[in-house]
Amino acid sequence: MLMITHYGYTDGSGEYYITIDTDKCNGCGKCVKQCPQSALQLETMFIDLEDKTAASITEEHRKKIKYTCSSCKPESNQSPCVLACELKAIKCTWKSQ
Amino acid sequence: MKEPSTVENAVEFWRWQEYQRIMPGKSWKSKDLITAGVDVGSVGSKAAIMVNGEAYSWGIIRTGSNSPESATKALDYALKGTGLKISDLKYIVGTGYGRVNVPMANKAITEIACHAKGANYIWGPSVRTVLDVGGQDIKAIRIDETGRVVSFLMNDKCAAGTGRGMEVFADLLKIPIEDIGGISLKVDQEPPPVSCTCVAFAKTEAMGLLRKGWSKEKVLAAYTRAMAVRMANLINRVGLEKELVITGGQSKNIGIVSRIEVVLGVKCLPMPNWRDNGLDPMVAGALGAALFGKALYEKAQKS
Repeated sequence: MLMITHYGYTDGSGEYYITIDTDKCNGCGKCVKQCPQSALQLETMFIDLEDKTAASITEEHRKKIKYTCSSCKPESNQSPCVLACELKAIKCTWKSQ
Repeated sequence: MKEPSTVENAVEFWRWQEYQRIMPGKSWKSKDLITAGVDVGSVGSKAAIMVNGEAYSWGIIRTGSNSPESATKALDYALKGTGLKISDLKYIVGTGYGRVNVPMANKAITEIACHAKGANYIWGPSVRTVLDVGGQDIKAIRIDETGRVVSFLMNDKCAAGTGRGMEVFADLLKIPIEDIGGISLKVDQEPPPVSCTCVAFAKTEAMGLLRKGWSKEKVLAAYTRAMAVRMANLINRVGLEKELVITGGQSKNIGIVSRIEVVLGVKCLPMPNWRDNGLDPMVAGALGAALFGKALYEKAQKS
């Protein structure tokens, strides 16, 4: 079943979001290894009375994602995490004004 | 207006009321399946007891510096006068910001799932969008008719525009926190929102406006409006689908709720009459946790 998690924020300078489809994500952790900023982690989520391991953005980076992720050129949606995911579970939405 | 509580003559305007509720007309028997949910938030700790999946009692206290202690106190408060002991609870689920620090819990579950389940329990299957405004963060959650999470936006940039921000404003303007929402609506015309909801900056901006001769009501209206706009943006990000409900402490702030309705152009489902034995949206997370406790206990019995 579908569950989409959004991490990021909109501020005066634009929109910055990393979106993870936890239904597609199988918790393989390839994106975690590829992230040059160590901003990704595997987290236990509770879905349909089961614990499921899926990728998420670490607490530390959630509030500064605009800076953390900028060097990976997320506006192209071709950052290392996106490319590492064979299941296409990660998407970047980056719109700076 | 209520008399604010005083400690050593210093009026603490931010201090909100702790309370316990036992649902009237409800009782428990030893063969009942009794479960608990303990939601340790950054500002409030809530514990709810359910008998066979129905809300039985709850307690709400302010979170102290020690999460395990706050969890224990909240649960003890919910159990007070019920004749129940912790050993009568078949399954305890911990949730919230401090969920890993709930010592008596059988399991910890993220607050997103618990708030979704709790909102479904309080308002029923028509709820599709839940805005949880807690003490230090805001979450926008989309759910299906069973209360299952479909999509969520976990965090925004900082603690701006949360319950804690309101506490700071209550102190600054010397208005009891429980009166803030109503007072913010006492303006003839809605002023423009403050430019920044950041608690520190908004406080400076508010002081400037007060010096300029703005009334407290007008300043509060401008701050509350800015908070509502920020929350509406969050909801729009996950997609607004009716019915909309608000959980968490700020669900009791009429100034926030009515402005969100204006900004989004959608009415929220009516707030239960929590002062008079209705369910309290502030305990949504704890209620959801207790429901998961029941489901997990039953699942374990089957296997």
